[in-house]
Amino acid sequence: MATQSAPIFDTDELVINMGPQHPSTHGVLRLVLKLDGERVVDCDTVMGYVHRGIEKLSENRDWTQIILLTDRMDYVAAATNNLGYCETVEKLLGVEVPRRARYIRTILAELQRIGSHCLWLGTHAMDIGAMTVLLYAFRERELVLDLFEEYCGARLTYNSMRIGGLPLDLPSGWDRKAREFCDVMEGKLPEYEELLTNNRIWLERTRGVGVISAGDAIGLGLCGPPLRGSGVYRDVRKDEPYAAYDEFDFEVPLGTRGDTYDRYLIRLEEFRQSIRIIRQALDGLPEGPIMGKVPRLLKPKAGETYHAIESPKGELGYFIVSDGRATNPYRFRVRPPSFCNLQGLKPLIVGHLVADVVCLIGTIDIVLGEVDR
Amino acid sequence: MLDTLVIPLLKIVVLLNAILISVTFMVLMERKVIAWAQSRLGPMRVGPYGVLQAIVDPIKLILKEDITPIKADKMLFSLAPILSLVPALVAFAVVPFGGDELFYIADINVGLLFFLSVTSIGVYGIILAGWASNSKYPLLASLRASAQLISYEIAVTMTLVSLILTAGTLSMVGIVEAQLADGVWYGFVQPVAFVLVLIGALAETNRVPFDLPEAETELTGGFHTEYSGMRFSLFFLAEYANIIVISAVTAILFFGGWLRPFPNVEALAFLDLIPGWIWLFSKIFLFLYLFMWIRATLPRYRYDQLMRIGWKLLIPIALANIVVTGIVKVLV
Repeated sequence: MATQSAPIFDTDELVINMGPQHPSTHGVLRLVLKLDGERVVDCDTVMGYVHRGIEKLSENRDWTQIILLTDRMDYVAAATNNLGYCETVEKLLGVEVPRRARYIRTILAELQRIGSHCLWLGTHAMDIGAMTVLLYAFRERELVLDLFEEYCGARLTYNSMRIGGLPLDLPSGWDRKAREFCDVMEGKLPEYEELLTNNRIWLERTRGVGVISAGDAIGLGLCGPPLRGSGVYRDVRKDEPYAAYDEFDFEVPLGTRGDTYDRYLIRLEEFRQSIRIIRQALDGLPEGPIMGKVPRLLKPKAGETYHAIESPKGELGYFIVSDGRATNPYRFRVRPPSFCNLQGLKPLIVGHLVADVVCLIGTIDIVLGEVDR
Repeated sequence: MLDTLVIPLLKIVVLLNAILISVTFMVLMERKVIAWAQSRLGPMRVGPYGVLQAIVDPIKLILKEDITPIKADKMLFSLAPILSLVPALVAFAVVPFGGDELFYIADINVGLLFFLSVTSIGVYGIILAGWASNSKYPLLASLRASAQLISYEIAVTMTLVSLILTAGTLSMVGIVEAQLADGVWYGFVQPVAFVLVLIGALAETNRVPFDLPEAETELTGGFHTEYSGMRFSLFFLAEYANIIVISAVTAILFFGGWLRPFPNVEALAFLDLIPGWIWLFSKIFLFLYLFMWIRATLPRYRYDQLMRIGWKLLIPIALANIVVTGIVKVLV
């Protein structure tokens, strides 16, 4: 291909707007795609359609009110958002959280991971055309929502944690139901796998699609399953244990090729590891109080802190500055995993076909509420 | 007068109505079958178990506002849905529902060829719809449709050549009679051709896993994005009429049409008590169910993969099948 003759026909790039109203941009993401035929030559990611100014709002609310706002960021994983925020403030205040509360928080966070991954699996498969998986995954997600509803009364925005512990103890019989759920979920996973894992079409659609090398993944600041799919061992639960994760046995699945199929396998394995963690936590659930000793008036000393947790989407970090005088944060900043993973979308998409675009939006698993905040 | 005009016209009227009504019920059946596959109930509100949904849906579609986009090419925009529906209905003319003359409209000596030619006109409807909408997603979809349908048309036609070699006739009735004479369904004689035609049928009718021109999650509905109301439902009608006619033709070519299973086994003669059209209808029904089952199960192929399968897999196999059939025909 030393000399490339000029095309005979008049060729032009087709610019199409994918989103903000599009069935598979997972919310109000807008992609301006430049197409050469069906191949994407350039992609412009436009976001901000659900920007509600949560960070700025939080700077004018007192510490406990902010928990409500964190619910509204990643609205499919509200409990992990609560957890990340509460732990950051506890770190700032130097509050000790009772062991029972830490166990229950872990259970809730892992249930949330299952719920969030169910939603991811369903929509990802739906984007690629396998619509039955969506209904199957939502059927199991319903059980997660039921468990949360029984625990805190809400099904989507839980407000399920407090600074220093938990608002409520587990209702009686809840642990039995959670165990039953683990059994059900374990039984349903093979159903998903049967429909997808060895499906020729699924393999062709996901293998070798959206390959990203370990170096690129780190360079782009990816986190969570997209980072681990490229074979980088990074899981905040292992690296900087929080809640009660240091007391449990679990593995961090890693990919080798860094393609969409690997990221799919990783998330499926995370289902199993989450079930394993929940079971261990339920078995070893200690007795005791659920609230630590927290001062009536929350007024952390002047200072700043950063604390990260592993949300279902990746590393969710909070950076909070307190000026030591007010009952609200001086600066509140979130490092949302969806936002950082969205950075990786353009390099993933360029060079692929339109059909792969929806598949790649699915594989990075973004929630626009969290991207825009 | 009576034989040449009145009776054929009556047959046409009956058949057309039967197709249109069965299409509405087929939509209901599809919704139900997919719902059951997905552990849902499907439509349950209108009538017992939602059976009246089949009547309410078309009424809703007819009553809806029919929008023509300002920038659309108005004539082509109106022509496209008609162009895609009419061939699908015309194709029924050569489909025999029984051996008796009462059960078919026409038995022409090139029936299969007529069927292939007429159904391939349908693609113009889709191409024009995408073009006339003057919108980007439909345009992409119509490009996909033209590439896909043409390449699969070739594969299916090539495959059918080997079947014609086996049957020795192009007449639809003749092919069934040849199966009766040979005492075996051609699905057993030509299993490769059967599988190829089945795959081709999925692609020709734009069904999952080859529903690229529609591809709701990629192209937001594809070629009919800009259509609404009755015109949209004409595309729907065309798609389902196509599915029915292709199922019928597949049943006739490979599953012995109105013949009972194992037509040469005397011991099963009591099965002849069941009228032939019931056999044919149950075979069509099986194929329809298969189409729905596949839709509920499989993801969608990508454009380049689809073309690869068509040109690099189906067409060579079809060609090889012709050669093998020819050699066997000469030797035996």
